[in-house]
Amino acid sequence: MCINFADCVVVLPRFYIKEKLIFSIFIPVPESLKPMFRICFRSVLSIFVVLLLCNVQAKAAPDGKALFMSNCASCHNPIKESTGPALQGIRASLPGGDWVYKWVHNSGALIASGDAEAVRVFNKYNKTQMTAFPSLSTEEIDAIFKYVDEYKAPSAAPAGATAGAGAQGATESNSWLYTIITLSLVLLVIILWRANTSLRRAANEKDDVPNEKEIPLHRSKLVIATTAILLFIFAGYWLVNGAINEGRQQNYQPLQPLYYSHKVHAGINQINCLYCHAAAEKSRQAMIPSTNVCMNCHKQIKEYTGEADHQLVTAEGKKVNGTEQIQLLYKYAGWDPEKKEYNRDANGNILATPIQWVKIHNLPDHVYFNHSQHVKVGKVQCQQCHGNIEEMDEVYQFAPLSMGWCINCHRQTEVQFTSNNYYSIFTRYHEELKSGARTKVTEAELGGMECQKCHY
Amino acid sequence: MSQKQYWSDLQDLSNINNKVEVANDEFKEELPFDLSDSVFGANTPRRDFLKFLGFSTLAATIVSSCEMPVRKAIPYAIKPEDITPGVPNYYASTFVDGGEYCAIVIKTREGRPIKVEGNELSSITKGGTSARVQASVLSLYDKARLRHPMADGKEATFEAIDRLVKEGLAGKTGYLVTASMMSPSTMEVVTQFLAKFPGVKHVVYDAISYSGMLDANLASYGKRTLPTYHFDKAKTIVSLDADFLGTWLSPVEFSKGYSAGRKVSAKNPVMSKHYHVEGMQTITGAAADERAICRPSEVGAVAAALYAAVANGTAPSFASAKLNKVITDAAADLKKGNGMVVCGSNDMNVQVVVNAINDKIGANGTTVNWVTTSNYKQGSDKAVAEMVAAMETGQVGAVLMHGVNPCYDYLDGKKFAAALAKVPLTVSFAERLDETAQKCKYIIPDHHYLESWGDAEPKNNYYSLQQPGIAPMFKTRAFQDSLMVWMDAGQTYGDYWKLYWNTRLSGQANFDQALQDGVIEAEGPMPNGALAFAGNVGGALAAIQEKKAGSGVELVVYQKVGIGYGGAWSNNPWLLEMPDPITRATWDNYLCVSPKRAKEMGAEITTFNEVDYHKHVAKITGANGYSITLPIVVVPGMHNDVVAVATGFGRDKNVGRAAASDATKGGKNAYPFTSFNGTNVEYSTTAKVEKTADTYEVAITQTHSSYEHRPVVHEFTLEKFKEDPKELQKERGHEIGHYSSLAWEEKEGKGEHHGGGHEEHLATPEMEEGFRDNGTLYDKVPYEGIKWGMSIDLNSCTGCGACVVGCMAENNVSVVGKYHVLRSHEMHWIRIDRYFAGDPDNGDTIQTVFQPMLCQHCDNAPCENVCPVSATNHSSEGLNQMAYNRCIGTKYCANNCPYKVRHFNWMDWNGADCFGDNIYEDGRRDDINDDLTRMVLNPDVTVRSRGVMEKCSFCVQRLQDAKLSAKKAGRPMRDGEVRTACQQACPTDAITFGNMNDKESAIRKIRHEEQQERTFYVLEHIHVLPNINYLSKIRNTSEVVANDETGKKDLMYTDHI
Repeated sequence: MCINFADCVVVLPRFYIKEKLIFSIFIPVPESLKPMFRICFRSVLSIFVVLLLCNVQAKAAPDGKALFMSNCASCHNPIKESTGPALQGIRASLPGGDWVYKWVHNSGALIASGDAEAVRVFNKYNKTQMTAFPSLSTEEIDAIFKYVDEYKAPSAAPAGATAGAGAQGATESNSWLYTIITLSLVLLVIILWRANTSLRRAANEKDDVPNEKEIPLHRSKLVIATTAILLFIFAGYWLVNGAINEGRQQNYQPLQPLYYSHKVHAGINQINCLYCHAAAEKSRQAMIPSTNVCMNCHKQIKEYTGEADHQLVTAEGKKVNGTEQIQLLYKYAGWDPEKKEYNRDANGNILATPIQWVKIHNLPDHVYFNHSQHVKVGKVQCQQCHGNIEEMDEVYQFAPLSMGWCINCHRQTEVQFTSNNYYSIFTRYHEELKSGARTKVTEAELGGMECQKCHY
Repeated sequence: MSQKQYWSDLQDLSNINNKVEVANDEFKEELPFDLSDSVFGANTPRRDFLKFLGFSTLAATIVSSCEMPVRKAIPYAIKPEDITPGVPNYYASTFVDGGEYCAIVIKTREGRPIKVEGNELSSITKGGTSARVQASVLSLYDKARLRHPMADGKEATFEAIDRLVKEGLAGKTGYLVTASMMSPSTMEVVTQFLAKFPGVKHVVYDAISYSGMLDANLASYGKRTLPTYHFDKAKTIVSLDADFLGTWLSPVEFSKGYSAGRKVSAKNPVMSKHYHVEGMQTITGAAADERAICRPSEVGAVAAALYAAVANGTAPSFASAKLNKVITDAAADLKKGNGMVVCGSNDMNVQVVVNAINDKIGANGTTVNWVTTSNYKQGSDKAVAEMVAAMETGQVGAVLMHGVNPCYDYLDGKKFAAALAKVPLTVSFAERLDETAQKCKYIIPDHHYLESWGDAEPKNNYYSLQQPGIAPMFKTRAFQDSLMVWMDAGQTYGDYWKLYWNTRLSGQANFDQALQDGVIEAEGPMPNGALAFAGNVGGALAAIQEKKAGSGVELVVYQKVGIGYGGAWSNNPWLLEMPDPITRATWDNYLCVSPKRAKEMGAEITTFNEVDYHKHVAKITGANGYSITLPIVVVPGMHNDVVAVATGFGRDKNVGRAAASDATKGGKNAYPFTSFNGTNVEYSTTAKVEKTADTYEVAITQTHSSYEHRPVVHEFTLEKFKEDPKELQKERGHEIGHYSSLAWEEKEGKGEHHGGGHEEHLATPEMEEGFRDNGTLYDKVPYEGIKWGMSIDLNSCTGCGACVVGCMAENNVSVVGKYHVLRSHEMHWIRIDRYFAGDPDNGDTIQTVFQPMLCQHCDNAPCENVCPVSATNHSSEGLNQMAYNRCIGTKYCANNCPYKVRHFNWMDWNGADCFGDNIYEDGRRDDINDDLTRMVLNPDVTVRSRGVMEKCSFCVQRLQDAKLSAKKAGRPMRDGEVRTACQQACPTDAITFGNMNDKESAIRKIRHEEQQERTFYVLEHIHVLPNINYLSKIRNTSEVVANDETGKKDLMYTDHI
């Protein structure tokens, strides 16, 4: 038995009248589970401290690797020529001063201004203009070049074993122990009770006190009644739960037509979610990228070289050849890796076929969900609903996507009330916040639990 | 009480118990249970019930134990740069249908058009739309559209047809027949085509002809064109049989202008005065301040009398006193200046006289603009007649027809078809296999207008560009492309068009801007000016005099506001199910007859009344011997000797499933009643009408629900309103004033007055607040942030139905078909109730008012309290929300709704059900269940399934979307940022919508400042606290249609108190 506290949502029955809490019942945690609480608490605390430290470090200096991966890697390789030039040591060959910052911030403007070097580079790379990154600061650009210059081709040495595995094993054995102890205790109680009864009957016989006629269990009215009631309750509970869960598919992890690993892309290579799911901030749909988005990077990245670090495996344990999957992508995208160009029809249209992904997150038709509302306005992290997607090779449905789950979040979530001027119309709440009568405004208080927020 | 007593139908007026009984049954359904006295004697006894129970439990179990289906998520292979899935794109374009014009904006989702809105940048239509414009998006996905070119009734390739047509055209005489064309580039293509084939003549044919008017203008001003009418500038509008708000020329443009002159408030109690003379009852007549009726054959005489009254002050001498009075008053008002006379007659002489009147009163250059002229119509009846005559001789080598369907809508379709058979090369560009296309050798279907590049010049120097919202779905080809291929132009129309406009606009940047705006117009007000009148009035008057006024019954062929002249609209279910504004009938045409004549014919209400949908059938025979049978629908306000039949019905089955005319629906063709008199087509004829023994079911909607005589409309004359603008406030104060303070507060000296009968107690926002708080035992509900509200101006509403169709398009409102409309199953979220006042036996006295009725989003909603599962409840923004997935279909809410705006899904109209199509036993599918038609559905709105209630949601998807945009931008919502579909569709700006909590919002200003005097709530006294208010109707008339005329007392007080 494994108890994972992180996944549990404990609902405490409470009773309100006119928003005043009248009473609430706390479910007491059994004494025997207290050590587990302590273990959990300690590990959470240590993780928190580590994360905090990481954060401080991240603030101190821009992370060149992360910046490179999220901004540059789609077109540049540190040591190989791709869409753009290999970047290692390139700074030495470029004009000094602000030139490189100007180039990165807006190469188009630099070219347009007639800068000789800029025009040369532009022409050299098939007049493909580099994407402008006006948001990168000079420190960040420096950090990227620092990372690139220090970059070494990956060695074959495998990474160290994961540290967490042992700890997890320990928890598991612990819980088994508890189960065994509980079961044996129950068994002991039964044995003792039987022994007690038999001994009393024997004693009674000895004293010539008439024994009550022993009724077999299956004839005992008490037993039958109790069993029937229990059966009814359990069957009802099972039926109702089953009916409620009808159509829900938490943990659904279908086989996809192409083995695409979110772990490799979002996790190991740290590609920003929004690079592919670009509509998440604009639309109700986060959008599955079309194959030409894949090809932005995969024109260069022709093979999967990370087997040593991360072997691709399906949920059934079958090994997957990453390079083969990239070749499969080329087929979908209509890319000829030999000629390094797209196959085109007579009208010059690329002969691409869409990948027919199996839809994992299915909401009923009568539910309206909008990604941009949550991602852009609510600033909800992708992982909150989709789980640790950067750890998943094959994606599964992390959340139950049930209405209760949605509502629970709406009930608890604090709205970015003061930072977003839209909410300035809720004058009473603002006054209460100012006067200290309230500390936060939840989604529910702004009508986030009303039917027609999601059903229309 | 306001000044009048209204009735929704004659039954209402005569108050026969039948109506009450019918109205008592909200759902006129036989219950599917046997309610016999003895349970065991019943046809479906208890055991059957148990069987059903067992079956349904088992079925539910089996269905729910099915595995979840595997769904696919298929992204674009190459995503177009400008499309983000889930985010709509908007393209400015132009709606053109023959001579009908509207500047529009197409809303597309993932590359498919789902909605059409008006383009506000146009100074012609100013963002207004009509029901047809709204419905045009459904025609795009019409299953009856041709999917490929055809030769001799079989599929063929463009190349093969091109070769044969080129051969057939070479050196032959022929005709290119088109409807009126506003496109300058197409005109140029046609000119080049005619130059290449000199034997071919261009003939413009309009199904509804304005030839007489054009000829009159040619005679009067030397220009065969139409002026621009500035209804907004007119102080006096006289309409002689011109239904300019419904069907005449450019109703959207005219509605915008007309309503601008009729926005009236207590501070500015000024409005135009509208005199109307007509034979039947139209929505324009309903809007009129003074209305008189005459025979259609008398219109010329009325024009002449008006001319005489204006020119010489001669008093008219008609038998009808009302008509005389209207002419005299109108002439007096016209002479004051800023007047305008419009006339719907197709008789050249009548139009010359009308031109003469406009000239006399100085309308030229002020209200009637002859500098910026309109290009809506160009057709010539004479030219068409000559062409048919030439075709009959067998000398014509080729006929090419675009946008016309003469085999159906020519005055003698059979004659045209016979003539067409004598032509060796016949080509149709029809988009469907209509009556004419069937008889053509080749059919090269044109794109739908939403798939086309193009342009229009509705008025001189006012241009409008047309860009497609979707790539052509079928193997169709632009009409212009066909011409260009046949004349070996060597380029496509698309390229030609781009070059044409790039050159005209001098540069790509200007072109791009024009394409984005959709319209190309000069800055500043529209150039206006007069032309010297040179018409022969004397001759025209003499010609009118010569014509004898008809006797006996006269029949008028008219257009319905919905489907108009017919065409593709005949197969548009949204339009067919939109109730006719006046008769409230759907899906059919019928014979409109005055109540008195109906009584004389024995078709009066005592036997087969308005409540009963069975109508007596009459046999109608025209002067030319054409004879049809149609059901009789009694229409108050008609002239006693006039009957009317609408065009657009009686279509062939190939026009489409909805259009197909059969024994149960679809009506009869009315065009053959029209005739050609040598110069122009006449749309009225003498006729013989006889009642037959048959009956026919007509699906009329207004009788489906009843207010049981509670007053719901308030109307005042302008005079009365000026005298005492606060009368309505007093009335309301009398009703709700009791609650402005509580009894115990009064004792403490806080309250003002308790108890009724206080004379000067005005309903003010403060009193409303008191009524809201004190009229209930519930706690006060705070509405933080947003509180939505809507205001509907009854003075502006013309009943045109654009909102009804706009709502259907936006909210996936189902079409139910005639059979179900008969059973009161119609699903419209907004309906336009029509009320008459006056003496039904005297058409002159009838006054009509329209009231759009939709969910009032009551803050104390009766529907919410009775729902056993809380499927309908209230939001913190004041919305009465309906959660479909929670509804179990008890229908208690609909029973308890005082406004009767809730609609129950008796069937799975849209194929939303997992059980598949369950409508027909024979495996037939309704068109809306087809994948093609379903493309019109709005993906942001749930498609409701069987068994749930639905109603107006205030377009909550739009509200949510606008809120989200504001949140993303980090700013509060702006007033006017969000508009409901009905509001946006409305061509008269009758609807205002917004946030009542916003102190600066238009809706709050209307209720609290500008229109406080006219504001009222329907059934306010029952304390349901609606979030929709209405503004009282103000009619610029001295005549009050009083209750006494009908000899009836106020039923509200006799029946209910």
